[in-house]
Amino acid sequence: MDARRGSLPVPRVRQVGFFTPNAQPAPTRSQSGPPDSSSPPLSDSPASNSLSPVMIPPPRHHSDNLAAAPRPTSPLPVPEPSPFRRRGADNNNALLVGSYNPAETLLAMSPSSSHIGDGESEETMSGGWFRRSNSGKLASSLPSGTFDFSPVQSTAEVLKPNKVQNPVGISEVSARPAPKEQQPEAPSSSKQPKPKLTKAERRALQESQRAAKAAAKAPGGGKSVAAPEEVATIKSVKQHQTQKKDAPQVAVSVAASERKGGDKSQDKERRKDAPAPRMQFDDKSRVEKAKRRSVVDQTEAKKRVELFRHLPQYEHGTQLADLESKFLQLDPMHPAIYKVGLQYLAGDISGGNARCIAMLQAFQQVVKDYSTPPEKTLPRDLTAKISSYVSFFTQCRPLSMSMGNAIRFLKNRIAKLSPSLSESESKSSICTDIDRFINEKIVLADRVIVQHASSKVKDGDVLLVYGSSCVVEMVLLHSHELAKQFRVIVVDSRPKLEGKALLRRLVAKGVHCTYTHINAVSYVMHEVTKVFLGASSVLSNGTVYSRVGTACVAMVAHAFRVPVIICCEAYKFHERVQLDSICSNELGDPDAIGKVPGRMDVNYLNDVSNSGNLQLLNLMYDATPADYVSMIVTDYGMIPPTSVPVIVREYRRDHLLI
Amino acid sequence: MPDVQALVNMFLNKLKKRKIEGSQATAKQTAELLRSVISQQRVPRTNQAGALIDAVRAIGEQLIVANPIELAVGNIVRRVLHIIREEDLSLTTAAVAELNLSTVSDDDDDDGGGGDQDDRPVLSAAAVAAAARNTLRPPSLQMLLEGAPDFVAVPRSSSSGGDSEGKSKSMDRNSRTRKLKHDIIEAVNELIQDITTCHELIAEQAVEHIHQNEVILTLGSSKTVLEFLCAAKEKKRSFRVFVAEGAPRYQGHLLAKELVARGLQTTLITDSAVFAMISRVNMVIVGSHAVMANGGVIAPVGMNMVALAAQKHAVPFVVLAGSHKLCPLYPHNPEVLLNELRSPSELLDFGEFSDCLDFGSGDGSPLLHVVNPTFDYVPPKAVSLFITDTGGHNPSYMYRLIADYYSADDLVVQRRHAAGN
Repeated sequence: MDARRGSLPVPRVRQVGFFTPNAQPAPTRSQSGPPDSSSPPLSDSPASNSLSPVMIPPPRHHSDNLAAAPRPTSPLPVPEPSPFRRRGADNNNALLVGSYNPAETLLAMSPSSSHIGDGESEETMSGGWFRRSNSGKLASSLPSGTFDFSPVQSTAEVLKPNKVQNPVGISEVSARPAPKEQQPEAPSSSKQPKPKLTKAERRALQESQRAAKAAAKAPGGGKSVAAPEEVATIKSVKQHQTQKKDAPQVAVSVAASERKGGDKSQDKERRKDAPAPRMQFDDKSRVEKAKRRSVVDQTEAKKRVELFRHLPQYEHGTQLADLESKFLQLDPMHPAIYKVGLQYLAGDISGGNARCIAMLQAFQQVVKDYSTPPEKTLPRDLTAKISSYVSFFTQCRPLSMSMGNAIRFLKNRIAKLSPSLSESESKSSICTDIDRFINEKIVLADRVIVQHASSKVKDGDVLLVYGSSCVVEMVLLHSHELAKQFRVIVVDSRPKLEGKALLRRLVAKGVHCTYTHINAVSYVMHEVTKVFLGASSVLSNGTVYSRVGTACVAMVAHAFRVPVIICCEAYKFHERVQLDSICSNELGDPDAIGKVPGRMDVNYLNDVSNSGNLQLLNLMYDATPADYVSMIVTDYGMIPPTSVPVIVREYRRDHLLI
Repeated sequence: MPDVQALVNMFLNKLKKRKIEGSQATAKQTAELLRSVISQQRVPRTNQAGALIDAVRAIGEQLIVANPIELAVGNIVRRVLHIIREEDLSLTTAAVAELNLSTVSDDDDDDGGGGDQDDRPVLSAAAVAAAARNTLRPPSLQMLLEGAPDFVAVPRSSSSGGDSEGKSKSMDRNSRTRKLKHDIIEAVNELIQDITTCHELIAEQAVEHIHQNEVILTLGSSKTVLEFLCAAKEKKRSFRVFVAEGAPRYQGHLLAKELVARGLQTTLITDSAVFAMISRVNMVIVGSHAVMANGGVIAPVGMNMVALAAQKHAVPFVVLAGSHKLCPLYPHNPEVLLNELRSPSELLDFGEFSDCLDFGSGDGSPLLHVVNPTFDYVPPKAVSLFITDTGGHNPSYMYRLIADYYSADDLVVQRRHAAGN
């Protein structure tokens, strides 16, 4: 554990976008003999060092190499059952290896027990991967295991069934001399790129050249260093293309573009990793600019809450009619997009998952009906189109972070489309990608979460839920179906009163329910044994961004020593960080605050709502600090909030290779 | 007497039906009722104070039973009892002093009936000592050194004090009876005055606590808070107020309306947004329903949440409380025992959920419960400061403050204790 901690301080995120070009064990594996030269890792390290941006400390490169190494191999050996699992596994590899003590690596010592500890601790954090630690141990038990370690693991990962994996790993380890495999491509730097190239190769070449130029600019970087990487890229691309026709092509192109290397692209990549600053609505010029582009006619709220000037504050209720009237004029807007946008605006679709699915399905429709205009390429044009749709959605209602993740995924998929695919193939590939995203990231993930979470429901429990989260509801219903005896306390709050609908559904299923409002939460908390909460997003500092009031409930539960369990799909995790609920939030219709439906006696504000001094603030979300969260149940298992950044890291790679 | 009984019954009815809202109104009406009770009570020749105490106690007991949650009733009953005791005591001491003077002059004139008079100074000295103790005057060092036998003697002497009084009132009995009652009624009037003006006294302190550009959060509605904020506003302080609406009664809307009418910049938020907003708040100022002797606060529901949030963000949590809200009792399980469940219709529309009400499990218990408590208990450690009409106090000081207003004998207003006495 200590070793691992020691290696942690440099944020791991950096490793994600960083791929040293010369690590290409994939080809070597398919090649019969050992690679042409066995440059020891030591000699290689300065080279990669000069390649690297200044921030990354040199010893890291070994681990990076190792981390990068298994990636191309993974598609090769076996068609794996669940690609995103495997991605996670690879990441883990990176994690494991990344925690190497550099001295150890250089001396080719066998991994110490700390590595095993590593694997195990990772495992405890993310319940899903059990094979890993196994293989880690295996590798460590072998004398030459140090460098072999990651390839073995990756293969082991790929072979899902636990029993099969070990023999394979062993055979592989014993079959090949480990250290040679380490840096197979390094000396091939002297080779020149071959003249005959496929389209993909050309693209890869271009990119790598660009990258090389960038690298030349960087201090200490040079073309000579960048050259091998080009070669490597091209080579790998070629090899993959010749070996596999259809399925892995996507992966290869991904890998290729990932590996474009060079300082600039790395920097870019890394910059992309850091979430882009959001639009700040107190920035006049930008707001003006956005307004000119916007489709939805929004009138700014007359009374804006001072504290939230940076958030969009528009008059509600006016846009809908306006948009409806514009229906025929909005030429470029796809009707499916239009429909979903209107539904967002009217509040017909709410809830993170529902919104995300609706959006993705609309995009699917768009893709199906799409035809590339002449003189344009599909990826660029489609991405631009989707961007415009996204901004339309944003105008209808600010996007949730989960939607942002889904959009990023989609754009990524489009960008990584192999140019050799025909238009119809690309389209169908995108459509299946969307389907897979919905299925795996939302539907299946929910099922896994329900499995995990309902294992925490015991007979005699009193569960407190807040608002209406569809996952939590599924957990409750599933537990009820399992004939567990428990009571549910539904806590609700204005103005949305989403709990009422949940209450109705639960009671209809025969669940014992108690309904109350959020102020009474400390009254009911005495009898509560567990608190189940949903989340709109979980940020990488462990903050849970959720329906406003969640933080209050979690806080009171914390004060009463009641465990708080957050149910959230991993696709909602976001690498953004947030400390309070002010900096980024969504403002609902302020008029909903002043009126209390169904309460005729509460009408104090009817006549004063136009006074200048009165502001009505309808916050939609709040940020629950990680201290209040006992556990987050996600599709990767049950994790503490501190493990969210780990999942985020794993998960971001998932995007690339789902 | 019958009209008093009618008044009492009417008030009891109101209390039972929860027609009187707010501890201030309740306190005031209770005090007024007790005043009329006292004024109409016929006092016997001897032990008038005892008779008055018994009468007030009997009625007070009924009132407390009628609405045990409204602690202000009990507070006022106890304070009136305390007033009676004090007035009686001061009259006695005054009389003793007079008698002392008169004995001195009597000695000069003649020594007839000296046996009686010789006793009195001794007894009344003991009564003075008791008075000194009862009013919690700090005992002098002299007394501490010598006074051990005195303290032993005190209870006996005070119990016998009534008799001696009775004996002493030979000639000016009528005038003294009237004097006692008159004094008590005067004091009760003062109490009523205090209750009505307490928020002014509290509001006077506002400038000391609110500075320019402050952001203040409050929950629900309280007249004291309103006056407090407005007093600061009148002193040309400009600040912003966040008002949490205080479901399910939404009194916050009312407060927001009042604040806006007085020109304060007000932002109304939902209760659920309290945690989100509290990080930008400089101070939480809330009213209370009652303040317990341990410094805990019985407050409108939701207050504990606000207090916890304030504690988390180290925001001062200031409770305004008039002295009639200071309750001499220590709470036990206050969330349940000092609470009251209101109608579920405030949360769920019966009509809307009528279809769900039919669902019942096999054992006949309904599937759907609705909990709508009225009050919250805020533990003393969550409170930064109490501002009462006597100034600002720590929660840990409340027991001492409360001792000024109540006498220890009245803490339990129960018949058997009254009989025992």
